[in-house]
Formats: sequence, structure tokens, C-alpha cells
Amino acid sequence: MSTSNFTRRGMLKSSAMVGAGVALPTIFTASSAAAYMNEPTGASVTLGFNVPQTGPYADEGADELRAYELAVEHLNGGGDGGMMNTFSSKALKGNGILGKKVEYVTGDTQTKSDAARASAKSMIEKDGAIMITGGSSSGVAVAVQGLCQEAGVIFMAGLTHSNDTTGKDKKANGFRHFFNGYMSAAALAPVLKNLYGTDRNAYHLTADYTWGWTQEESIAAATEAMGWNTVNKVRTPLAATDFSSYIAPVLNSGADVLVLNHYGGNMVNSLTNAVQFGLRDKMVNGKQFEIVVPLYSRLMAKGAGENVKGIHGSTNWHWSLTDEGSAAFVKSFGEKYGFPPSQAAHTTYCQTLLYADAAERAGTFNPCGIAEALEGYEFDGLGNGKTLYRADDHQCFKDVLVVRGKENPTSEFDLLEVVEVTPTEQVTYAPDHPMFAGGALGSCNAG
Amino acid sequence: MDSIILQILNGLDKGSAYALIALGLTLIFGTLGVVNFAHGALFMIGAFCAVTLKKILTLSSVVEDPTKTDFLGKPLKVATPYVESWFGEATGAALIDWAVPLAILFSIPIMIGVGFIMERGLIKHFYKRPHADQILVTFGLAIVLQEVIKAFYGANPIPTPAPAVFRGSFDFGVLLGFDPNAIIYPYWRMVYFAFSAVIIGAVFAFLRFTTFGMVVRAGMADRETVGLLGINIDKRFTIMFGIAAAVAGLAGVMYAPINSPNYHMGMDFLVLSFVVVVVGGMGSLPGAVLAGFMLGILEAFASMNQIKAIIPGIDQIIIYLVAIIIILTRPRGLMGKKGVMEE
Amino acid sequence: MLGLNKKDTTLFLIVIGMAMLAPFILNPFPEGSSLAQMFNAGYPDLMQRFVIFGILVIGFNILFGLTGYLSFGHAAFLGIGSYSAVWMFKLVGMNVLPAILLSMIVSGVFALLIGYVSLRRSGIYFSILTLAIAQMCYNLAYSVLGNPSSNFNLTNGETGLQLSLNDPRILGSATTDGALPVTNLFGAAMRSSYQWEAGSWLFTFNVGYYFSAIIMLISFYISIRIFRSPFGMMLRAVKSNQQRMNYTGLNTRPYVLAAFVISGIYAGLAGGLLSSMDPLAGAERMHWTASGEIVIMAILGGVGTLIGPVVGAGFNEYFKNILSKINDDILHTWLSFLPDGLENLLVGFLHYFVGKGWHLTLGIMFMLVIIFLPGGLVQGGQRIAKLFSRKKDGQATPPATQTPAE
Repeated sequence: MSTSNFTRRGMLKSSAMVGAGVALPTIFTASSAAAYMNEPTGASVTLGFNVPQTGPYADEGADELRAYELAVEHLNGGGDGGMMNTFSSKALKGNGILGKKVEYVTGDTQTKSDAARASAKSMIEKDGAIMITGGSSSGVAVAVQGLCQEAGVIFMAGLTHSNDTTGKDKKANGFRHFFNGYMSAAALAPVLKNLYGTDRNAYHLTADYTWGWTQEESIAAATEAMGWNTVNKVRTPLAATDFSSYIAPVLNSGADVLVLNHYGGNMVNSLTNAVQFGLRDKMVNGKQFEIVVPLYSRLMAKGAGENVKGIHGSTNWHWSLTDEGSAAFVKSFGEKYGFPPSQAAHTTYCQTLLYADAAERAGTFNPCGIAEALEGYEFDGLGNGKTLYRADDHQCFKDVLVVRGKENPTSEFDLLEVVEVTPTEQVTYAPDHPMFAGGALGSCNAG
Repeated sequence: MDSIILQILNGLDKGSAYALIALGLTLIFGTLGVVNFAHGALFMIGAFCAVTLKKILTLSSVVEDPTKTDFLGKPLKVATPYVESWFGEATGAALIDWAVPLAILFSIPIMIGVGFIMERGLIKHFYKRPHADQILVTFGLAIVLQEVIKAFYGANPIPTPAPAVFRGSFDFGVLLGFDPNAIIYPYWRMVYFAFSAVIIGAVFAFLRFTTFGMVVRAGMADRETVGLLGINIDKRFTIMFGIAAAVAGLAGVMYAPINSPNYHMGMDFLVLSFVVVVVGGMGSLPGAVLAGFMLGILEAFASMNQIKAIIPGIDQIIIYLVAIIIILTRPRGLMGKKGVMEE
Repeated sequence: MLGLNKKDTTLFLIVIGMAMLAPFILNPFPEGSSLAQMFNAGYPDLMQRFVIFGILVIGFNILFGLTGYLSFGHAAFLGIGSYSAVWMFKLVGMNVLPAILLSMIVSGVFALLIGYVSLRRSGIYFSILTLAIAQMCYNLAYSVLGNPSSNFNLTNGETGLQLSLNDPRILGSATTDGALPVTNLFGAAMRSSYQWEAGSWLFTFNVGYYFSAIIMLISFYISIRIFRSPFGMMLRAVKSNQQRMNYTGLNTRPYVLAAFVISGIYAGLAGGLLSSMDPLAGAERMHWTASGEIVIMAILGGVGTLIGPVVGAGFNEYFKNILSKINDDILHTWLSFLPDGLENLLVGFLHYFVGKGWHLTLGIMFMLVIIFLPGGLVQGGQRIAKLFSRKKDGQATPPATQTPAE
């Protein structure tokens, strides 16, 4: 009855399988026979790609999934190698990770923390995933990061911009490549100062949930520090689709800048509404009225259409960057799928490569080994210039792009132009900065 | 004062959308006795009629321009819409610009067709089934419809702007003697309000002044007796369903420039419009319209900063709160009929 | 047995057997095979969901199946139960019993209040009242009641309420090694499992699953007793004609209110169990689509039947989990036996029904069941059973009919 060709969970040593059956006690599911959770014993290793496939962020999730598939292809030695060739670490050889072929499972987060956790759990419990990655919202990232910490696998965050992910809710097993609200604010403030001066009155519209709050706090602090006055901060329901009743009073309030702390469908609608109300044609306090969208993405810009023209914001990465790494990534992604990658695709591709590289350098899939290899790791060649994975909070520190909606796009992808690349030093903060205080990494958990 | 006028204006166009959807829902409910959870999906399909027409008008011949390069460094493909090469650049561009108003004509036959197919293919078999079954099968249909749209158009919103002449906003403040910029209001929203007023008026006139409408109203009041009189009420009900679908579709077409259409916009409106129907009273057309505008305006008021400062979060729950109060104080909503859907 | 008639006893025994042997039944395919990768459901998280949602829908069925009152806001009680349990873990201790007890009490109190208000109306007015109240709960939990920077952070908003290292837990286990304590029943951790390797099969026996399963069996037993009791008869009478009941001078509202509170407690219990298995409570649990899903599960299985709710919950949870995890890669593996062109064509077609298209498939399946099986899957099962018994009859009758001809 005994066979030895099982690879899926790979938790039992084949010697334990002789005889009719052996019962083993396990905690969560890592058995005492294995050194750590879901240790890969076969010829392959399974990664879990947990992205939104339904709901408002489904397109962003689809782009993340494309990038993951590309990364897996490159890791296994297929394709043109993409950013593996420009990556400063040369540990990856195109033969999988640590000689094991990379396989993957996918799941749907639905952009709900509950569903995302259930999906991640099934990857860990059923498919034996050794690492979970992906997501398009901070609530989901924080929830899944918590799960991975308890389960003893590594979580490589996808698109999550809230300060809390590597602040209040940081975890030893969780890592974030994407930038955050504080960095957006720090990068945007000087640009806004040059453009609009120091004597401005800002009116905030903020999506009423975790991410919106931290971004509002960050932007307000940064703009106030350069002399702007915050007239009002108004919370809008996440489910709102029509923002007219929030936008109409703005002109009357004496504000001359509108900051939209919205993302996704919220941002598309609020910006569209604001432009409909003609805010950008108005003069208030003798100055041209301006709109700022602190977190931009190309998919959102596409949804808002012409309304984004001339509006400033920040982004983690943009395909029009010309450095070696970005060019290589855009080329291999564009040739495979026919259009340039989004910033969500970029960050998830990087995260997969960074994980694989860390495993390779650590010589193990043990989450604690990988965490150690990632902590304080400096690298280059992944499209954002020199980058540091800080040990204190597992946040990447790199240049931040300030972008503007392009006036004369040449194609349907050419919607944003990079205005300034804000250097790392300007967006770096102390690990105990008040906006990030209140949490602790804890200790790494290997299951 | 000016901020109150402003919020009334805001409430009017929100209310227009609610009223149009609720009107269609009530028509279907009143005539067929079916609770149609797919009505939001019909609204969404209407909006996508506008998107589709814009896509059709912008179908383009693609020529490679060797002087420019695309993101991969290959020659850039430049697209010229066929309408521009056929009718000349100016006329073609104007046609594309006017895609949304043109979509009204485009959508009416489509929506009536969708309505017919839905009624004959599915709803017809559910007249005798419990209301819960009707709700669930139409809810299932709504999911299927929106997923089909998602498969074709993706999940991202698709910008569908109004014609250039309707962009920008009108300064009511100056007109009414307030400061400039005190009350500004976008042109297209005024168009939307006027449009919905016309549609609502047309539906009422149709029911009031035509024989067809009279029979349908009679059918709404007492289906069996009208059937006994030898009138083929079923056929009229099918037509009524088509009309209700067209009303929802038109509401959607005209809504496209206000908010970029996405596949789940129907679901976003569905629950609210149901609340509107019930607050108005089941089976009452004037009730649905009244409740639509009332809730729209109250929602706009609740999002005023002065009110949010007193009760934080009130804008999130106002519609539900008002609905609860009204249903509890008026057993059958504002203008509901006795005995309708009370079991 | 236990005061049940013969038919109910058989049914109850079958359910007990299924629940206890679930790790075997749900893992029919050997480890590592490509079928197992997708269709095996015998892993702790999904098994727990089967029974927990079973409890939820059993409770819903007591209200909807017996009285006909369609609550469209039942998910609110699930959410309230979940939050109560997590707060218990945060403030008191990691034992699941007090947490579950608290979630039942809190959701019971809420059910009493909400029921008292909304049962003043019937029909669709009742449905909309429950829907409106549940949506208010959801909206408040998502934003105003969940702002981490305010002093009154009851729900932690979008992220969901979860444990943290600095919870002021009264009863012990503030762990020192930087890890969060786990939920347990007097020391037996909910997430611990035993695995049994039998040949190429791997079976997982999870403590949390068995704990939930036993509670589900108790809930199921209570529901049978309610269905068969005079109280249950009274509720059915309300469904068939409430007016006539009122004319006889009987005030039916206390009975319906009792049913509402019972089903609210069931939902709270399910919420408490969800939090016990995975200590995170998200606001989405209370969204109207979640309430809709409860109704869907009940109708899928068969409203008013005893076993229907469990079947419906299992069906829904199973396909939700399985369909959303299938991707193009897996489709290619399955269909690799086909010629390349056909394979790509088929994968291209199926692509729309799995992964990101799982809503579509579920929507279609769901419509089909409602259209063709008004009595739900239970009715489908009965039809199949009837088909078989008729066949048997058919085989038995020919000799009989032939006899007179001779």
C-alpha cells in the first residue's frame, strides 16, 4: 500500500510511510517530521498567488497574475529572463529555486479580508504553498499577512499602500516592496510646493477606510509642513459612486486645492465628478484651482479618461522609465501580453524575484532563513534604482515617482508622464515615526 | 442657504436615477407581480449600450507610423476611426463626441429586445412561483449578466464622456444673487434631470391617456377580471416588461457620462432602488418617484459637513435609516396599496 | 432515539456519519494526483466552513422555512457573533467556549431588538427592514466604528478585527516569544490536526473541524426537535395563513419573534465558530450580498426541509472554493490528452467559467437549480431516488402483467 511519490504537502518523510498508515500529530499542518511549514521535499516548490479576480480590482489582479506567470517562467529558465538579467544579485540561475521547479496555485481575494484569508488558508493547507503573495488592497494585505505569520509561511505583499502594512500591523513574516502613504506625501510635497506655492488651502476627500485615513494623515502632515492650510477633511463612504454632494461644497469652502484620497473606482468617480463640476476652470483666492490624486495607477487613469490630464500624483513605478531593469521588464511583459505592465504587475514581479533570490542566497525555504536574507538587503536593477529592504519594518526604501496625467497621449497606455524621481533619502523615515508606531514585528514563525 | 440649494440640486439628479430605476421596478412588479432583482443589471446594460456605441463609432483602421515608436520600440500603430475617414474628420469627430446621446436611439431597441427575451424566456415561468424564488432567479440572472459584461469589457470603469458642449458647469450662484462659485452645477446633470423628468412624464401619460395604458392599469388592479374580459393581458405584460427595461436602459445610457460605467454598477444601485420602491410603497408608481427624489435629496443633505459634524457617519446610513422610520410609521410605505406583498 | 421518530433518527444518524467521516468522504482522490489538487476538499479550512455555514443555514431555515419570513439581513448576526468572539479572545482568554457563548448571547440580544422592530411588518416590508438594518451595521462597522485612530475602535474597519501582541488578555497567555496565542478548547488548539497516511491517500483530522461538527450536530438535533414540536407546528401555521391565525384570537408575533431570535442565535453561533477557527472578523461578513448568499444556500438545498440547509451550504462553499482556484494552467494539464488545437480552444472557452469567472458559473448553476428544482437539491435527490425505485418496480411488474396473458 505504501508509495513514495507524493509531492503535494511533502510533510512526511517517505520512511514514515511504510505500513498501512501512520498518524502524525501536527500543529496547523507542519508536522514534526518537517523542519518547517510546507517544506518542499519533491522536485518542485509551490507558491501561492492570491489576487483579486472578482470585484472592482479584478483587472488589477489579472495584471498581477500575468506578472506572476512571467516571473515563474523566468525563474524556471523560460522566456528572455526579464529583470533577472539586470538584478544586482546573480544568485538566480534560471533552474527554479534551489534547483526545484517553481509551480504555483492561484486564488481569489475578492478584495475582502475574509475571503482572502480563506483563499490563502486553502493554499497553505491544501496545496502546500510555501509563500503567499499578491493582493490589491491594504485591508487584505494586513489580514493575509497576519495569517501567514500565524501559519509560518512568508507573505510578500502585493499592491498595498497603507502605512499600517509595515507600520502598526507589521509582521516578521511579511515583506512589502510597494511604497506607502508617507512616501507618497514626502515625494509629492516638494513638487506641489514648486508648482502651486506655499500659500494654499487644501480640502481633503478621503475614502472612509484604513488606507484612506493613513494617506490623508500623511498628505495633510506633509503639506502643512510646507505651509499649506488644511481647510477640511471629509470622509466619503467606500460604497459611494456619486461624489457630487461631497464635491459641490468644495468651491464654497475657500479651498483652492482638492486632494482626493481615493483609489480604484472611488478615485475614477470622484475625479470625474470634480472635473464635471468644472473645479479646474475656477479661480479661487486669485489662484487657479488644482486637484491632486496622491496615489495614481495607470488602470485608474484609463478609467478616468481625459479627466486626469495635468493632475499630479505619485506612483511606485511606471513603464516609461528607461533604466535597464524597467526596459527589460517592459520588453518581456509587452512581448508576451501585448501591452505594457502596470505598477501592480511590476511590484508583484519584483516580489517573486526577491523571494526566490532570498531563498537561493539563504540556501533554504525556511521562512526564518528567507526573512534573514531579506532583512537589510540592498539591491538594484529592479526598476526603482538602489533599494533597501529595511530590517526594522520589512519595508522597501527606494525612489518614488511623481507623475502627471499626460496632455497628449500617443497611445491608450501612454497616460502618465514622470515629472520627478524623488530620491530615496527624501522619502525615508525613522522606523519609530509616529505614523508607523504601535506595532511590533514579533519573531519569525516557521510553522 | 446657498449650500442648501446646492444639496437640493445634487439630490435631484441622484433622485432622478433612483426614481427611474424604481419606476421600472414598480412597473414590472405592478403589472407582472414579479420582483425583478435583475433590474439593476438592465440599468448597467443600458450604460454599456453607450460604451458599445462609442466603441463601434471609434472602430478604426490601423496604420503603422514609422516615424513614431510604441513602448516596445516598434513602429507605432496609429488608429483612425472609420467614421472619420468616411464622413470627414470634423463630422466623424462630432459623431464620436455625440456617442452618448446617439446611444439613446441605439439602446431602445436593444433594451426592449433584452426585456422581451427575459420575460418570455425566464420570468414568464415564475409568475406562479413564490416571490423568494423570483428574487433569487433574477438575482442569479443579474450575476450572470454582469459577469458576461465583465468578460467582454473587463472590470475597470470605461470613460464615456458627454458631448463637449455639455461639459463644464453652470453658475447658479450668480443667477440667484449669491457669490460666484457658491452654487455651481454641471450641465450634463441638468440634462439628466430634465431627461428623467421627460421619461417619467411620458410613462405616466402613457398609462393615463392610452387604451393600452388603461388596460395595463386595470390589469395591475385586478389581473383575473381583466383576463376574464377576454383581453390578452399576457401579451401586454410582455410589452410592459420591454418598456420597463427600456426605462432602466435609458437611465443607464444617460448616466454613463456622470460616472464611468463598470460591470457592477447595477448591483450598486440595486439595493438602494429596492429600498426606494419599498419606501414609496409596493405597487405605487407615484410613490416610487416621490421616494426616489426624497431619498436622493436626503442623501445629499446627509453628506453636508455641518450635518456630518453632528452625527458622524450619517451619510453612510441615512437611506436605510429613513427607510426604517418610514416603513415603521407608515405600514405600506408612502403610497403603497394594502395587501400587496405583505405575506 | 432521543425522542425522534424512526425517519428522523435515520436522517440524524446519516448526518452524524457524514460529519464524522468527512475527512474520508471529501478526500476521494489520492494525494498528488491532478484530480486531488482540485477536487479534494478534505482540508481543515473548507471542512470547517462546511459545518459552520451548515449551522448558519440550519438556523436561517428555522425562520424562513417554517414561518416564511424572508430575512435579507441575516449576515448581520454572523458578523456580530464574529466580532463578539474576537473581542472575547482579545480581552479574556483564548478558550473558545466563553467566546462562543458570548457571541450567542450578543447576537441573541441583537436579534431580539431587530426582530421586535422588523416583525411589526410582514412580507417584503419585513425583508427590506432587515436588509436596511443589516446594511447600517455593515456600513458603520466598515467605517465609523472601525477607525483605528479614534478612541472607539470596535471593528477595525476594512482590515477586520484581529488579535495583536498587546491585547490585554486577562486569562494568561501573553506569549513571550513574539507569537500570537492560538484559540483552543482547554488546551486543544483548534488548528492542530492529525494526519493519517493510508497508501497514497492522506487524511487530515482537524480538532477545530470536529469541534464545529459536534456543535453542528447538536444544532441539527435541536432543529429537528423544533420542526417536530408544537411550536414548530405553530410556526408553519403562521406561514400558511397568518390572518386566519390572528382571527382565532391568537397573537402570532411572539412565536415568530422566538423563531427570529433562535435563528439569530444560530447565526451568532456560526460567527463565533468562524472566529474561533480563524480569529479575524471582517465587516464584509455583514454585507447584503453575504445575507443574499445565506438565502441562496437555503433555497439551493431546499427550504423547509431538515437536511436541505446543510446540503445547500456545502454545495455553495465547495464550488466557491474549487472554481475560484482553477486557472488556465490547470485546465491545460487536465485537457492535455486532447489534440493541441482542440485543447487550446476548449481552454479558451472554459477560461471564462473558472478563476476570475467563478461568479458566472455559480450564477448559472444557481439559476438552473431554481428553475428546474423548485424544491432545491433535496428535491433533486428525491427525484433520482424515485427514478431508481420506479425502475425497480418496472422490473418487478412485467412478470405480473404477463401472467394473465398466458
